[in-house]
Amino acid sequence: MTYTGERIERTLLFGKRKRNDPYAYRKSAKTPWGHPIVYVLSVILVLICVVPVLYIILGGFRTNSQITRDPAGLPNPWNFSNYATVVGSSTFWVELVNSLIVSIGTMVGVVVLALMVSFVIARYRFRFSRMLYTLFSAGMMFPITVAITPLYLLLRNLHLINSQLGIILPQIAFGLPQAIIILVPFLQSIPMELEEAAQLDGCSRLGFFARMVLPLSGPGVATIAILSFVASWNAYMLPLFLLNDSTKYTLPLGVQMFSSQHSVDTAQVLAFTSLSMIPALICFTIFQKKIVGGLAGAVKG
Amino acid sequence: MSVATSMRAKRRGRPRSERFRQRFEMSVLSVPALIMFVGFVILPVFMAAYYGFYRWKGFGKPNVNGQFIGLENYHIILTDPNFQQALGHTLFIAVMSLVIQGPLAILFALLLNQKFKGRGLIRTLIFVPYVVSEVIIGTGWSLMLQPNGAVNAVMKNLGLQGVDWIANPKIAIWTLMFIISWKYIGFAVILMIAGMQAIPEELYEAARVDGAGFWRQQWSITLPLLAPTIRMWAFMSIIGSLQLFDLVYIIWGQYVSSTAGTSTMATYMVREGRLANNYGYGSAVAVVIFIISLVIALAYQRFVLNRDLAGAVEKRERKQLERRIAKRERERMERDEIEEAIAPNNASMEVATS
Repeated sequence: MTYTGERIERTLLFGKRKRNDPYAYRKSAKTPWGHPIVYVLSVILVLICVVPVLYIILGGFRTNSQITRDPAGLPNPWNFSNYATVVGSSTFWVELVNSLIVSIGTMVGVVVLALMVSFVIARYRFRFSRMLYTLFSAGMMFPITVAITPLYLLLRNLHLINSQLGIILPQIAFGLPQAIIILVPFLQSIPMELEEAAQLDGCSRLGFFARMVLPLSGPGVATIAILSFVASWNAYMLPLFLLNDSTKYTLPLGVQMFSSQHSVDTAQVLAFTSLSMIPALICFTIFQKKIVGGLAGAVKG
Repeated sequence: MSVATSMRAKRRGRPRSERFRQRFEMSVLSVPALIMFVGFVILPVFMAAYYGFYRWKGFGKPNVNGQFIGLENYHIILTDPNFQQALGHTLFIAVMSLVIQGPLAILFALLLNQKFKGRGLIRTLIFVPYVVSEVIIGTGWSLMLQPNGAVNAVMKNLGLQGVDWIANPKIAIWTLMFIISWKYIGFAVILMIAGMQAIPEELYEAARVDGAGFWRQQWSITLPLLAPTIRMWAFMSIIGSLQLFDLVYIIWGQYVSSTAGTSTMATYMVREGRLANNYGYGSAVAVVIFIISLVIALAYQRFVLNRDLAGAVEKRERKQLERRIAKRERERMERDEIEEAIAPNNASMEVATS
């Protein structure tokens, strides 16, 4: 009866009632039932947000004739052949693997490089580190749209067209400013005394980085990891410019090509589309709380 | 603390090797990111500025295979009615995004910041549209908004006349506005919730003691203290709107967007540059977009965001509130003391229960 919302997420995050989450009992016991109006409004809001996405998912379970007869109806009877066809096709799996390679590569690159630079910005008191921060935060004003045409030419000269590396490298570069802006406050909030204590115990600056900073900046790292993964998973413009070879397509390009090739077969398009959004959705759902925490840190700082 | 100072003294004792080591560490840590950033973010913008002076089809080198035409490209861009329309649409989208999403996001964040069972689940569901990619959103909505699609079917069931949401130039831009708001409001709500959680709970307690109602509390505490978050969100929203490409390109295709009245600067750039193989012209459009974005961003920072960088206003507001709370706390303690003096049993019981 009381296993709602926060509880479910807590279970997802920490496993069932584990020691790591000492507040599990207390908090759920404390959380009151809200005012009915709060629930009514929340449910309306959720419906507005979720129904179009549900339409895509449920549409995949219908046949084309069902969709033509009643565009807004529910699957009746349920038809699993669309999903079966998509899952059975190699196109989907190839594109899924491509997307995973690109997204994980981008995520790892952003996290590693952003952590290194943020550490310099946050912990070394030099004019150089302030300049670094200004430079990277100015990068927020250089969005990929502006750079895309010359970027395409640049990557063509580097022979990185039609390769995953050609997408990963620019995505890392464009992901850095946001990641650094989120991370720096986290690293700054680690007390100086801790560093000095570590130094006394014979820990070098870099050892301190590895042993203290990495574990303590966990929420910030999680935030930038998820944000860069999801951004890369959903990226459209860069792959559109760089990939001509359909065996290298990532899922967003694949979805678009699939929907123009099978424009008559609406149900199949919906099935393909809904399968391609699953990884980002799962990833975000699990870590949503951490992201709110991470952004809160950034907003405060 | 004394340990720390002695450490510092020690560090000062051998300045040269220490400074050299620090320099070395700093460069090891920051050079890889710097190379990436300068190479893939800064350099292309300068390349665009260079290519923009040429009539060039994209093969070979602009100064060999292209033709230097000075500011001709820029002249064409600024006098092209298609670009002027695209600019108009883009600015409209930027302003309307703020007007529509801002108030709604604050209200939603207020709603989802209440303590109630199921809040976490609802918060997660609100963010679904933001997480799902532009391509999926675009594909889904363009299927639903077809003349014989789901939206019109629902309207028909409600006894309303269906509309051509996508091709009708009077409606299309509002359709786009709706989809944009629907897609991106989740992000605004996340930010606002994060900002609200940073506001100390004691302020509300103090306001309640003073007899302020719910809305009065939000108006006098939440809104002013949320201002830095709102300004930051607005900045990101404006920059995002100026670059809008994916959704329009997917829903309205490559060519329909200008006749439907939803073309943006970015779709104009791709259509006239990459697709028409005019890389010189496309680069010039990129430079124009960049300059417009930069001017707006700098103006925003100068006149709006500046206050956050100085931080003076908020700090003062926060200090005042904190001072007021401290004063109230003192008064309450005094009162307690008096009460204790009058009825010692009562007071000690209160302490025990709290």
